Amino acid sequence: MTRTPTSTHDSLARELARRDAAWWRDLAARLAVSIGGVSTILFIVAIFAFIGSQGFEFAWNRLSWSELFFGTRWEPTVSPPTYGAWAMIAGTAWITAVAMLVAVPLSFCAAVYIGEFATGRRREWLKILVELLAAIPSVVWGVIGLQVFNPMIQSVFGVQIGLNVLNAGLILGLMAAPIMTTLAEDALKAVPDSYREAAEALGATRWQVIYKVVLPHARPGLSAAVLLGIGRAFGETIAVLMASGHTLMAPGSVFDSAATLTATIAAELGEAAVDSDHYQALFVLGLVLFFITFAINLLADRIVRGRRRS
Amino acid sequence: MVTAAPALLEVRGLGIRYGDKVALQGVDLQVRPNEIFGLIGPANAGKTSFLRAINRMDEFVPNMRVEGEVRFAGHDVQHITNLYALRRRIGVVFPLPVGLPLSIYDNVALAPRLRGMRSRADLDAIVERCLRRAALWDEVKDRLQNLGSLLSGGQQQRLTIARALSQEPALLLLDEFSIAVDPVTTMRIEEVLKELRQELTIVLVTNLVQQARRLADRTAFFLGGRCVEIAETESLFSGGAKDQRTIDYLEGRFG
Repeated sequence: MTRTPTSTHDSLARELARRDAAWWRDLAARLAVSIGGVSTILFIVAIFAFIGSQGFEFAWNRLSWSELFFGTRWEPTVSPPTYGAWAMIAGTAWITAVAMLVAVPLSFCAAVYIGEFATGRRREWLKILVELLAAIPSVVWGVIGLQVFNPMIQSVFGVQIGLNVLNAGLILGLMAAPIMTTLAEDALKAVPDSYREAAEALGATRWQVIYKVVLPHARPGLSAAVLLGIGRAFGETIAVLMASGHTLMAPGSVFDSAATLTATIAAELGEAAVDSDHYQALFVLGLVLFFITFAINLLADRIVRGRRRS
Repeated sequence: MVTAAPALLEVRGLGIRYGDKVALQGVDLQVRPNEIFGLIGPANAGKTSFLRAINRMDEFVPNMRVEGEVRFAGHDVQHITNLYALRRRIGVVFPLPVGLPLSIYDNVALAPRLRGMRSRADLDAIVERCLRRAALWDEVKDRLQNLGSLLSGGQQQRLTIARALSQEPALLLLDEFSIAVDPVTTMRIEEVLKELRQELTIVLVTNLVQQARRLADRTAFFLGGRCVEIAETESLFSGGAKDQRTIDYLEGRFG
């Protein structure tokens, strides 16, 4: 069947100038997707605006920022009130640091085992179990902190109080580990098998392949996993409130009780009269938290993106 | 050779940049209906960039800028009403085969289905015809439901060719199609390409100078982002090349 060139040309030209059903469906789908995407941004902006509107007036007019960040006394209910959040910032940092000391080795080992060594059914079961772990409600972790780790820490280390930085850090580390494991395993899985084959063909041992080829290639993904784990630890509230002893003093060691930004907000917001200085001060703490988690997520995103560009 | 008919593809002053790097500049050429237009030249000559500009693949490369004009069937492709219709009518085969993660059958039936074809009998016919033309039918006819991405490299390349034919293109862009295909199969596909000239137009980018000689009606020589020379293939290869660089390249003195 030979078409004459001229008729081909004309019918082609007509086809290119016609918006067919598929073209319109494409336009509609694109619009729908854009609306969904833009509304996500709108929600973030709205949340930010809400927190800002509650705390902004107070933060701007009556709050000393140097007192907020470096003041050691958080006494909003005594007269005159003081709003030093240093104890909570330090507590948050201590507990997060302990949590990462627990979670990073745990989750990376788990990810390497699941991704590189486990095969077949065992691998599938492990992945399901890890995801199940991630779904344990945080209040359950809090109870574990209170009832299991508390006496354990008391007897092992011979300290008076088992509700402290160590306890909360352990709990948070265990909580963050599953999601970090999943993310780290994704990063390992993204390393092409051809890299492993090429390295193994050179006579590299399994560990050498992992250490020299797989981990370096997966490093941006692993860093992102750690940062998101940190974000998770920062934001966790109820479990920390239960396990940390909630004491408004900057900890000096892992055996001191501590308080975090999130736990303080949760514990005090119910008692503070709406629109009072105390109430607004708690929203300022929320703002501080918001910026820290935002910065962490942004950093994680940059790390992952930087990889893709290079 | 048809000369009175309007050119299917008309390129004027085409320039392509990737950021600051100039990949192609000042290319003028016309591809006539039902011809095989060969494009030869060493690596980095701008051959692949040229193909990318034709069916607007520049959209997938963030810093790729296209200047000048590419007209397909009289339409400026940069301002075309229905970009998808353009891509439907221009089939592309990339140098590295891309077997979509679908069954062999579904790989080839994808484009007709996207066009709205539902009849199993029609689809069966198209799948068989395209696979036969790509010289793959005999090897896969008993396992059409297997995953296309699990075929060998050369088979995937032929699957890609079959897929490109299934969209019934008016223009077929072949970028080093034989790179992973054995010589015997390459010859079989070349025979098919010669027959396809009855139905469609082909732009054939190739590193194999002899392949251009065997297939192309006219051949263009690209070098360093410029089109050095365009001539009837026969005259180009039988001493008719005007530019010394073309002569050197054809004789294998560089590139």
